[in-house]
Amino acid sequence: MPVEPPVASPRTLAEAYSLLAEALHRPVAGGTDLLVQITGELGDAPERVLDIWHLDELRGIVMESNALVLGALTTYAEIRRSPLIAEFVPAFAEAAATIGAAQIQNRGTIGGNVMNASPAGDILPLLLACDAQLVAGTAQGERRITVREFWPGYRRTALEPAELLLRIRIPLPAGRQLRYRKVGTRRAQAISKVVMALAWQPDGDASWRDVHLALGSVAPTPVRAPGTEAVLEGQAPSEAVADRAASTLASELSPIDDVRSSADYRRTVAARVLHRVLRDEGGW
Amino acid sequence: MSYRFFVNGDPVEVEVPGMRRLLDVLREDLALTGTKEGCGEGECGACSVLLDGAVVDACLVPICQVDGTSVRTVEGLGTQEQLNDLQAAFLETGGAQCGICTPGMLMAAEAFLATGAAASDEAIREAIAGNLCRCTGYTKIVEAIARAAEQRRSSGTAPL
Repeated sequence: MPVEPPVASPRTLAEAYSLLAEALHRPVAGGTDLLVQITGELGDAPERVLDIWHLDELRGIVMESNALVLGALTTYAEIRRSPLIAEFVPAFAEAAATIGAAQIQNRGTIGGNVMNASPAGDILPLLLACDAQLVAGTAQGERRITVREFWPGYRRTALEPAELLLRIRIPLPAGRQLRYRKVGTRRAQAISKVVMALAWQPDGDASWRDVHLALGSVAPTPVRAPGTEAVLEGQAPSEAVADRAASTLASELSPIDDVRSSADYRRTVAARVLHRVLRDEGGW
Repeated sequence: MSYRFFVNGDPVEVEVPGMRRLLDVLREDLALTGTKEGCGEGECGACSVLLDGAVVDACLVPICQVDGTSVRTVEGLGTQEQLNDLQAAFLETGGAQCGICTPGMLMAAEAFLATGAAASDEAIREAIAGNLCRCTGYTKIVEAIARAAEQRRSSGTAPL
């Protein structure tokens, strides 16, 4: 039987803040990560749990002055169904559809993906590519953290123990393009071997500006690939550019061998996936 | 702590630790053993149940989050004497072999049929992508779900 640590189920954010200020709690949202960890087989179970599932303040997807704001408790199923996501950042719906299957999509949340801080977190490269901001709070107030500073190391986040992740803000510059690719063992229920998000601003002459390339499962945290971004910056996605970008990406990444994949495989596949995205965009 | 919710339409109240898994509450505290445990980590779907109509893995849901909701398990589909149409379709097509995945398959399929979505092969396969059958009897399972979908459509019981 799994361990059953004590749990508090606050009904308001204020109540949650005061519980977090009193003692260290491990928050649980949809439970798709934490409920696996309370078996005690993967290390120590948390001593105390804070069930945030009933905090309705953390639900919903709204438009807020050129940014899409997702409550931390927004599930993957909600992301897949959202008309706002479909209109402004459909790549998020594509990503949500690759996560687990119906059972996981009905429970797993974007905030959980961010806070679990797995290098394989499927949504995380999209957040990096979009320059998302993470809004965290305590009883003293809220602060915004840029996504580039959010995962300082393997499975670590920039939050203090008493802070709660509240919302995710995705800025929406007009015309910005975003693409998503995931490679796993099968289409459903697969932890990614390589996950990639690419964002750019199209220029008048078909060239790209402000290129952001982000990857998961290839480093201890989700990462950007600045060397490859520099190759793509100011260029149109021609075959020659795609060749150079793919080889730069292969040399820029240093993935590891693990149970899911080898470093060589990840490097090769990441380069090939990028090449195909560029080919699709270039139309050659 | 005490938690109150509905199981297959009946109100229940359990006095259990809040982090107890819904799966354990169903099987151990409420003696509803139709729901099976396979992997216990959200990979296999054997413990699939409906939580307010949405299919979930009961091994990943702490009971504190079930308070005030409505749960439907395989016991809530048909009875021993009177199977529901989906269960009957599984029986008729040979959609059940060893049986361990069947309750979860039924609940994932039930959630899919309730959406009223067109029951294409691809849509059915996506709907049960979170449910593993160790006998690998997927073809018959997909056939069973398609048959039930067709029956509901032609009898007008599918939701619009």
